[in-house]
Amino acid sequence: MKEAIRITGLTKRYRDVVAVDRLELSIGEGELFSLLGVNGAGKTTTIKMLSCLTEPTEGDAVLDGHSIVTDAIGVKRIIGVSPQETAVAPNLSVRENLELICGFYGFGKEKRKAKTQELIEEFSLQEVLDKRASKLSGGYQRRLSIAIALIGEPKILFLDEPTLGLDVIARSELWDVVRSLKGKTTIILTTHYMEEAEALSDRIGIMKGGRLLALGTARSLKEQAGKERFEDAFVAIVKEG
Amino acid sequence: MKLLAFSWRNAKEILRDPLNLAFGLGFPLIVLLLLSAIQANIPVSLFEIDRLTPGITIFGLSFMTLFSATLIAKDRESAFLQRLYTMPLRATDFIFGYLLPILPIAVAQSVVCYLVALLLGLSLTVTILYAVLFIVPISLFFIGLGLLFGSFLQVKQVGGICGALITNLTAWLSGTWFDLELVGGVFKKIADLLPFVHAVELERAVLAGNWAALVPHIYWVVGYAAVSVLVAVLLFLRQMKRQ
Repeated sequence: MKEAIRITGLTKRYRDVVAVDRLELSIGEGELFSLLGVNGAGKTTTIKMLSCLTEPTEGDAVLDGHSIVTDAIGVKRIIGVSPQETAVAPNLSVRENLELICGFYGFGKEKRKAKTQELIEEFSLQEVLDKRASKLSGGYQRRLSIAIALIGEPKILFLDEPTLGLDVIARSELWDVVRSLKGKTTIILTTHYMEEAEALSDRIGIMKGGRLLALGTARSLKEQAGKERFEDAFVAIVKEG
Repeated sequence: MKLLAFSWRNAKEILRDPLNLAFGLGFPLIVLLLLSAIQANIPVSLFEIDRLTPGITIFGLSFMTLFSATLIAKDRESAFLQRLYTMPLRATDFIFGYLLPILPIAVAQSVVCYLVALLLGLSLTVTILYAVLFIVPISLFFIGLGLLFGSFLQVKQVGGICGALITNLTAWLSGTWFDLELVGGVFKKIADLLPFVHAVELERAVLAGNWAALVPHIYWVVGYAAVSVLVAVLLFLRQMKRQ
């Protein structure tokens, strides 16, 4: 499998606190990789560094040939980010939100129209198309948020807690959306829901105190921890670490 | 194109908020009508329409600070701005994207104020057009102030600082509601050191066609506008880097 992300010695320190400690990781093209960990494990800081929101203190990561240290603009052209918060323009309609982001990527009229239509269909946004984003349900806001992240046709997509606060049905629908993206786009997912990571991920990395404690498929991590359930395996790995 | 897209979005966000329209346009007009009614019953030279309108127009501009700061603070708090930082936009796209769309809103607000003033008896002269043009540097000060406060304050704090403090400072220290000479002392000295009274005097001079009276007020206004925009840009860049 071709490498999409190569992380080497990635470190972030805030004064005396080490948020991410010499992270080494390689993620393949088209892979869905989940980063798990308790609060303060370093997941969000890692995502922020990889998406060029925060500069690393040491180390580097190369995303599809672009270094986060020396080529932030190159990285921004190939990534899409759906943050933990829904982060949409509240007084704009769903269609306007999509068209706005198309404008940021410099799409002409035809491409803007085609891309907007494509995402409306892919994310089943037809019935809320002219509704203001602030009036949407949590599930639709998340869908819109992920659709926005896909407008730039990213090679790498970061989904930070995409189903946080959603009900069971909305979460299940969003899982289907994420599954439909598998293989086409490299996805880095952070989540607190163990079943989500287990159901969707090709591989999972478990972080604690800024370090990567364990890495593997859900099955291999369960075997490693000697547990039947993935949640129990996660707890055991984190407690031992 | 990116700047244009962002500017359009910001203009829509502001104009689609009914509270913005109520406060930004409705409130200054109500004050204009109210003080004109007082003037009709108890004549006060300060409230004569050609002296009152420039003051109310400047008072209306203080809401531009509120609009601009609220929008930026909301974008920061909702992580919308953080998301945009992961897109291929430059710092200038953000800064001008927040500054530029509010300029036409400020000009439009002034036009409405002068139109209402015409209905209330203001003489129709070409100087009204010049007075509207001079709104541009003055509004840059207020918009810059919004970018400045929006770059580090939370939405709730913006409401207090920009919604209450700046609008009140503009009202009390501009010589619109009462003659600052009557208060005198430290109050007048402070007012003279701030841009509000100079902005009003500048507008009054332009409306009266009294070009000689532009100085020194124009220096104060342009100086404050330049400093407010410069500090705003520096603070915005700092918060952008902190992301």
